[in-house]
Amino acid sequence: MQKKILIGLALLLVIPGLLFTVSCAKKTVQSEASVSEMPKTEAAVKSEAVKREAATATADAEAAARARAAELERQRKIEEERLKAQQLREAQLEEERLQAELAKKKTEADKNVFLKELVLFDFDSSVLTPTAQDILGRKAEWLKANPRASVIIEGHCDERGTIEYNLALGWRRAEAAKAFLVDLGISSARMTTISYGKERPFVKGSYEFAWSQNRRAHFVLE
Amino acid sequence: MNRNQKITCAGIACAVLLLIWPAQGGAAYDYINISNPFLKKIPIAIPAFKAFSDSSAEKNAATSAADILSQTLEYTGYFRIIDRAAFLSDPRRPPLDVPDIVFRNWTGIGAEMLITGGIALGNHAAEMELRLFDTVNAKLIVGKRYKGSDKDQRRMLQRFAGDVIFALTGDQGVFNSKIAFVSNGSGNKEIYVCDFDGHNPRQVTHTKNITLSPAWSSDGKWMAYTDFSSGNSDLYIMHLEEKRGAIVSEKGLNISPGWIPSQFALAATLSFEGDPEIYMLTGSGKIIKRLTKSWGIDVSPSWSPDGKKMTFVSNRSGSPQIYIMDLYTERTERLTFEGSYNTSPKWSPKGDRIAYTGLKNGQFNVYVITIDGQSLVQLTRDSGDNEAPSWSPDGNLIVFSSMREGTSRIYVMTAYGTDQRRLLTLPGEQTTPSWSPRMMND
Repeated sequence: MQKKILIGLALLLVIPGLLFTVSCAKKTVQSEASVSEMPKTEAAVKSEAVKREAATATADAEAAARARAAELERQRKIEEERLKAQQLREAQLEEERLQAELAKKKTEADKNVFLKELVLFDFDSSVLTPTAQDILGRKAEWLKANPRASVIIEGHCDERGTIEYNLALGWRRAEAAKAFLVDLGISSARMTTISYGKERPFVKGSYEFAWSQNRRAHFVLE
Repeated sequence: MNRNQKITCAGIACAVLLLIWPAQGGAAYDYINISNPFLKKIPIAIPAFKAFSDSSAEKNAATSAADILSQTLEYTGYFRIIDRAAFLSDPRRPPLDVPDIVFRNWTGIGAEMLITGGIALGNHAAEMELRLFDTVNAKLIVGKRYKGSDKDQRRMLQRFAGDVIFALTGDQGVFNSKIAFVSNGSGNKEIYVCDFDGHNPRQVTHTKNITLSPAWSSDGKWMAYTDFSSGNSDLYIMHLEEKRGAIVSEKGLNISPGWIPSQFALAATLSFEGDPEIYMLTGSGKIIKRLTKSWGIDVSPSWSPDGKKMTFVSNRSGSPQIYIMDLYTERTERLTFEGSYNTSPKWSPKGDRIAYTGLKNGQFNVYVITIDGQSLVQLTRDSGDNEAPSWSPDGNLIVFSSMREGTSRIYVMTAYGTDQRRLLTLPGEQTTPSWSPRMMND
């Protein structure tokens, strides 16, 4: 406790002293002038010195308080700005994260659409219908947006007809889809084809809807 | 298993003895009308066989052997088996040979033919004595004795049935043939093989993937088929007993094999040149040459018995139709004009006709057309989808798949569409049957 008081006093003396030596050049000049007014009586000199000292001490204390307040104010401002900046940064990060998440969701959704949207064909046909061409157009966009993706295009048929003819027909369907994508600028090196004929129906059952869904080109990522 | 079979077969082959001999030559063929043998079936009597001892095992065998022979002969579609209840002779004293046979008793119940048999069972051994008589002319046509393991009784009876058919038609019949087919009973499509009459089915491939289109080589030793296990449709050419062979794995399709008769060569559809075309390959899988040259689908080659012509499916006209190509002139002619979906042609072993699957009024059925296209007959009707016909080696029967029971199973009928019956019952669905040629060493 005493130590702290001592340190406080010392600081009270040292800090203003420093302040005066650094920033109050004029005063120093004045005091020099008054020194030059000598000679005066020892006592007078002494009491004057004591008076001056006391005045200086009061002034020093005031200055120190001001400085402290200024310093506190400054630090408060810095802290305030730091907080503001941090909040801003956090908001930005959150925004970015949301954007990224959205983008990821969209990528995922796009990928799902790409994989799930079937290119359908008519019975005993490997000719691309206008709808099939639209879907393939979208697939081409996805493939362009995902230049590192390679795909397997599976050709499939409905359950009617012979196994061997359907294997060949499924192959023609997969090849028709591939050729269309090549025409749209997708490298044929990114696409392989395989036919499963009627061996892997998408919808089980012996009715027209099932058949229509099974006559398809199906995209799978490699 | 295989080795055992081989040994026992050899055993029978050695033990076959010709008995008393009158007519074995070509003179007897007029018993069966070749142009349509199934119009008028031959009424035949097959009484229970004579047991040579009093043992109950032998007596049971005597009856069951007569039953198996009845079923085996009935399977051919040539015979009408007369009910034993109608017999005039004493069932406790089965006739065996001429002095004991009263032919009047058999002609009297309408039997034009009679088969008698005797059986003796020894220590894990069986011996049979079998005779076929023409009751109208009171004449022995075939007489044979067989010796073998007691487990070979069915085989002995099949051999005799083959001798009977040979004596009556001049052809070996179907008794030493097998039928391959695809079944998904295991959860995957695998190839199975059974005897000509559906007995003894066993799984041949274990790919746990998709296996399709079994095709026998003309010596019955090799089988070609499509196998997806590599992730592509590859063509496997496998020696059935030695489990060795070749894989044709060109880019794209390697499917639809059809062996060339009497050659170790086959045709198959490959698409590595950008279009599904039919190529000729060696049995070791080397491409000899491309046979079809037309944009579109070309599949399902099947060869004329002389190997000079090939029938196949092409959609070059806009829909799948059946064509015939002459290998030497390279001329191709369209065979089918009725309907817009005709596939899976199979050239008959007699060479004059082609069986195929046709779509009409929303249903698939089996048709037979003469190779000049002049005569077309529908063999199946009003029984769900009927598909994928394959001829028996004698050309008298056709095996096919049918949905008539709601699920795809294998059926057999005569080449004229009569006597349709299920070949066998297995779990799952059975498709694309393929009848083997005669097995020479069986």
